[in-house]
Amino acid sequence: MKGSDVTVSGISKSFGAFKALKGVSLEIRKGEFFSLLGPSGCGKTTLLRVIAGFEDPDSGIVGIDGRDVSGLPPDKRRCNTVFQSYALFPHLTVFENVAFPLRIRKVPGKLVREMVMQHLSLVQLEAHAEKKPSMLSGGQKQRVAIARALINEPSVLLLDEPLSALDAKLRQRMLVELDAIHDKVGITFIYVTHDQQEALSVSDRIAVMDQGKVLQVGSPQQIYENPASDFVARFIGETNLFSGKVTSRDGGFAKVEAEGLGEILVEANGEAPVGARISVAVRPEKIRIGADIPGTHSELNIKRGVVEEPIYSGFQTKYIIHLPGGGAVTVFRQHANWSEGVPDIRWKDEVYLSWSARDSVVVESEAPRGGADPIGATSPDAR
Amino acid sequence: MKRNYGRLYAAPQALWLTVFFAAPLAIIVAYSFLKRDLYGGVLPQPSLGAYKALANPTLLTVTWRTLWVSVAATFFTILIALPCGYSIARSGNQAMRLFLVIVPFWTNFLIRIYAWIAILGNEGFLNDLLRLIGLEADSTQFLYNQGAVVLVLVYMYLPYAILPLFSTIDKFDFTLLEAARDLGASRMQAIRKVLMPNIRGGMVTAVLFTFIPIFGAYAVPLLVGGKDSYMLGNVIADQVTKTRNWPLASSISMGVTVLTGIAAILFALTSRRSKHPVVEESGIGPVSATAGIPGGGQA
Repeated sequence: MKGSDVTVSGISKSFGAFKALKGVSLEIRKGEFFSLLGPSGCGKTTLLRVIAGFEDPDSGIVGIDGRDVSGLPPDKRRCNTVFQSYALFPHLTVFENVAFPLRIRKVPGKLVREMVMQHLSLVQLEAHAEKKPSMLSGGQKQRVAIARALINEPSVLLLDEPLSALDAKLRQRMLVELDAIHDKVGITFIYVTHDQQEALSVSDRIAVMDQGKVLQVGSPQQIYENPASDFVARFIGETNLFSGKVTSRDGGFAKVEAEGLGEILVEANGEAPVGARISVAVRPEKIRIGADIPGTHSELNIKRGVVEEPIYSGFQTKYIIHLPGGGAVTVFRQHANWSEGVPDIRWKDEVYLSWSARDSVVVESEAPRGGADPIGATSPDAR
Repeated sequence: MKRNYGRLYAAPQALWLTVFFAAPLAIIVAYSFLKRDLYGGVLPQPSLGAYKALANPTLLTVTWRTLWVSVAATFFTILIALPCGYSIARSGNQAMRLFLVIVPFWTNFLIRIYAWIAILGNEGFLNDLLRLIGLEADSTQFLYNQGAVVLVLVYMYLPYAILPLFSTIDKFDFTLLEAARDLGASRMQAIRKVLMPNIRGGMVTAVLFTFIPIFGAYAVPLLVGGKDSYMLGNVIADQVTKTRNWPLASSISMGVTVLTGIAAILFALTSRRSKHPVVEESGIGPVSATAGIPGGGQA
């Protein structure tokens, strides 16, 4: 691996009375595509700026390859940044923008030409070398910014919401390209985004942040399937959150009296003892919807309800089902089998919902006495 | 058909410029080609005498002095205005600071020059202070030399340089400086290679706004300068009021106009033809700056 590992330990940073970071610690591995994901104002960009050297943390240490770089200015760190606004120099051509770091280092002209063209070809912009940034489209500007950030051969590339200014289609394409570039250069990428879809699709690991803290660190699958808190569950994708009290236990399962829903069966380990108040997350795509009673199974939850809101979006339909108990459940149904005689489900139809107890995740637990560790939380900051 | 009222709207402006700019200029041009009358005024006889009289060693000395005093004063003005405009652009209360820059304009031009006499004079504030702290027993003459002229000129024209510099620096995207630092540039390299080329428009405006009026300065060298700091403006005034050679005063005026015009065009051209040409002129560009100078409009 060519990249560096980045260690962030106990970073705090305040701007006046606002605490942007509250003791954040992370271990980012060599060559990893690591995402910092969270809503705006969660501190992810501040953390990136601390790693880059633009902000001095109030406390804490940033280490790159085990070396403390906390006191070093940005020009002395082996990491480069792709800015949200691209920050291309408007007075220079694409070529000179990419060549800027080499000119600073006084690299001989012939070598500059060779290196710049090589990096422009990496982002497929050789043909635009002599253009000014103002003549480029958003996606092209983005690529110039990436080429420029890579030309110093940094061991860490920091990307600050690099795709947020692009339209949805282009964003998808750039994401694939970014992933390809990451595979090609093999260095560590630290990617800041508020878009969970982006983070899920390209990251090796994700740190979910909120209010200056890291809530969960894990692979996209871990974060999506096993959210450590109801915030993470709600922030990543859509989810149904049921809260209720554990009434009985049977091996790896717990019976929960859920508000508005009635009794449900939940896969749960030690974190949900009898009497505990817990939050349970069930992803909408894990719930089956149908007009008939599905085959019974000991692990299957079956509920009856009325379709209140079918929202059609082409590849799938989202239904909001109201249950007699007053609860509401969101269900996604893919349209893969549309033509196979499945009767269409309409507004005010009475339907059966079913999901396996194994598809539910306990995200929050208030034990009757003393709490237990939530699953999947590897960060000391996780609740 | 829709009627075009463009010309009508422009009429007051055209009238104003004709009466107060074109006509006086035409009179000066005409006078410079006429023969002088003994007690002021001109005789209606064409003559190149006034232009021949320009090749006078004293006049050349004064021209040379005017040129370097203007260059020096402009240089120091920009040197002070640049960090000043930068700090205003980056500060939280721009309005207050801009207000402070403009406050001196509330006082009359001449009174502000006299204020400097009160500071620098023999019985002035500075000498009082030096005597008080025991650095000197006598008075030092700070006034009536070229240093005093440059100092007061810098003071007088500082706001004209700060305002355009502020307005371009204010529009500058400071992420670019961070990007430069990130890419390996030191603080100074970032300012030199990224900030400076991107505020060139404001620089050109600031230089022209200070250099042009300073080149024609009259009151400042008259009041705080000595005999050896006479500038072209003073020579012209003397020709009009004392020597009463109006054609010569006119030909010197033409010289001043041509020289400032050439200087402005040269400056605008060199800063445009530099290695990194300015793409998007933001704010007050050199066009508006030179619009008032004959021949400077196309710069």
